[in-house]
Amino acid sequence: MAGTRTVTYELGTPAVDAQGRPAREPLTVVGDGEIAGDRMLINIGPQHPATHGVLRLVVELDGEVVVRVIPHVGYLHSGFEKLGEYRHYNQIIPLTDRTDYLASMSNNVGLALAAEKLMGIEVTERCKVLRVIACEMSRIISHCVWAGTTGIDLGAFTVFLWLFQERERLYDFIEAWTGARLTTSLTRVGGLMADVPDGWTDGLRRWCGRFPPVLDEIEAMLSKNSIWLGRTVDVGVMSAAEAINWSLSGPMIRASGVPFDLRKDRPYLGYETYDFAVPVGEHGDVYDRYLVRMEEMRQSTRIMLQALDRLPDGPINVSDPRVILPAKSRAMSDMEAMIFHFKQVMEGVAAPIGEAYQAVEGPRGELGTYFVSDGTAKPVRWRIRPPAFINLAALPKMSEGHLLSDLIAINASVDIVMGEVDR
Amino acid sequence: MPANHSVATLQARFGDAVRHAFVSCGDTVVVIAAARVHDALAWLKSTPGEQYDYLVDLTAVEYRDRERPLEVVYQLWSLERKVLLRLKVELPKDQELEVDTVTDLWAGADWLEREVWDMFGIRFRGHPDLRRILMWENYAEGHPLRKDFPLRGRFSRAEQTRQALSGDLEAHYSLEELAIKDVTP
Amino acid sequence: MDVKPDAATGVVTSSPNWLTTRLDFLVNWSRRNSLWPMPFGTACCAIEFMATAASRYDLARFGMERQAFSPRQSDVLICAGRLPFKLAPVIRKIWDQMAQPKWCISMGACASSGGIFDNYAMVQGIDTIVPVDVYVPGCPPRPEGLLYGILLLQKKIAGESVFDPTLRVEKLADSSGLFLEPATVDELSEPFGNSVHQTRSA
Repeated sequence: MAGTRTVTYELGTPAVDAQGRPAREPLTVVGDGEIAGDRMLINIGPQHPATHGVLRLVVELDGEVVVRVIPHVGYLHSGFEKLGEYRHYNQIIPLTDRTDYLASMSNNVGLALAAEKLMGIEVTERCKVLRVIACEMSRIISHCVWAGTTGIDLGAFTVFLWLFQERERLYDFIEAWTGARLTTSLTRVGGLMADVPDGWTDGLRRWCGRFPPVLDEIEAMLSKNSIWLGRTVDVGVMSAAEAINWSLSGPMIRASGVPFDLRKDRPYLGYETYDFAVPVGEHGDVYDRYLVRMEEMRQSTRIMLQALDRLPDGPINVSDPRVILPAKSRAMSDMEAMIFHFKQVMEGVAAPIGEAYQAVEGPRGELGTYFVSDGTAKPVRWRIRPPAFINLAALPKMSEGHLLSDLIAINASVDIVMGEVDR
Repeated sequence: MPANHSVATLQARFGDAVRHAFVSCGDTVVVIAAARVHDALAWLKSTPGEQYDYLVDLTAVEYRDRERPLEVVYQLWSLERKVLLRLKVELPKDQELEVDTVTDLWAGADWLEREVWDMFGIRFRGHPDLRRILMWENYAEGHPLRKDFPLRGRFSRAEQTRQALSGDLEAHYSLEELAIKDVTP
Repeated sequence: MDVKPDAATGVVTSSPNWLTTRLDFLVNWSRRNSLWPMPFGTACCAIEFMATAASRYDLARFGMERQAFSPRQSDVLICAGRLPFKLAPVIRKIWDQMAQPKWCISMGACASSGGIFDNYAMVQGIDTIVPVDVYVPGCPPRPEGLLYGILLLQKKIAGESVFDPTLRVEKLADSSGLFLEPATVDELSEPFGNSVHQTRSA
């Protein structure tokens, strides 16, 4: 471009050591120092409605154009992984509710699958199908929040109200099943906390019939809306190669054209036997991510209907008394059952020495759990592979060169949940 | 379950640098010398037949047995061949906890390595910006996920509150502090 | 109006009469029915806060129509979610930026006491940092729970008096940077219940 000049500064970063002194040499300005006055440095967050949680963005602006954005995370760091080393495997399950709190059941399933892989436990058929239903319900409620909050960020408030009403209807089902709306603690190692109540499957089937028209209404409002298109098309583009290099996952990588979905590529819970499509975008912009997520909600409904049809009767828990608590009535009357109950509650279930990594396709991407066990009932290491954290790292790459309002749209499209980013 | 064929090819290519390999719960794990891990990962990423082009995760493990070295764990996935591989590097505690960065291979490793530095104190040679990411930058209590770090931290709650409240909210807010690198388009 | 210092505290208050009680009623009625919340939403409780603000539970009918994300324009700080130490100076700054009269609702177990996160990273209750008026327990509290907490705050405001200067006193940090005595902070942060026992790693 004609008429521009290049000013080079020494590249440095604001690192400080433990005494607060800068760990790197101060910068020297080479060239015309006047240009420093043309830039503006603003701080977005950590308390801000449009950051989707406690995310801090330090943005350097040239007018309205974002020259540089530095995300600061860690404002919700809760020490989950440290806590996990002090808890039995079943006691970690309530912790997983609170990492990705928009899709708690998905997290619960992810952890249970990893613990079962570590311990070599195969769950029952009914448990598998119910877990699939739980995962897909979580995907839908997470995408509902995503669509609602992205709509708010871009000025479309109605989406929020409509989708939160659908979320409330799903919350009714979740609450009937687990007792809680949000912090579900659904799974146990070897099974589930409880079976679904009577009439639950019929109610959910009716809901699945009534949900796609709601999505139709929202798509009628947004998908061909010139304002929406203007705000999202060609904004925040990531090419397929870049998406792979930045280890993106979930709708972020699929919108960039890479058909990577764990339900198809590393199937678990029998996903290979379900008939569903994985939406893959082309351009890797915010609009494609919106289309991918809307379609994923439809496909999730499709999977849920298939799962409801094939839900077999039978127990939800494995019949191994060393792993699953006995029924309370038996624990109170039968000596052996009481001893099993005592051992599990007081000592936990010991996992064999080894390590296991198991990932599920969460709403945000590859939600992995890595356990390292030393033969005790508490893991040596519990690592959550956080899709939102890794996706968020690409935010500077996607937004530099765009406008400030595009930065908000791109940040919304990453679909972060800070509980998972910061753990 | 048979081990991933990459175990044999890695052993053929890197010889003694491959310390040992095993299968745990169906996952293939290869332990490799710290000095060669960058070469090994670059080779695994680009060689036809391996093509581990996707870095799934990068983390570290410290065992309860104090004698065991720290491990840096690289989880790799081949999008084309749909195969997982786990690489590990052992870092004895009596030496410098350092390993080469892989940010030149995968941009996604940037924040992952910063988190390992923050939580474990393992340095990554050549990382462009190795700062703490989850704790605040001048966090004085140490590296939280180390086993000698107590669950509730080293300081009293009042001291932790005091140190937290004295954090500078305006940090990295001034243009003088921030570096800018301009490049012509 | 009789104005006399209170014998025990020395604070100057007025004895209530018809005029002051009517004025108090008017002021408190208008304040409590138009509380603009400052939603300091951090974690899961923030989602339940959003659900409370959405159609089914609808905060707007309690006067909380305008979610003021600017502290300058809000009345009640609702800390919805856990507060790690890194976020502590942020909430204090937000609290300081709010103009009087202001109140604080601590929503959820984590904001009230640290919740299940009794570890190095978590503030064990925001009351070690900001003064709290209503604690809403729950993990997360149901929307009805939060609404009950808001109604309790409204009741508390109804019992206030414009002529009581102690209500609007801002407590500043002492020389060490804390807002409470260190011993008080330690005592408030002590582990209780299961936390006392769940400290063994192996």
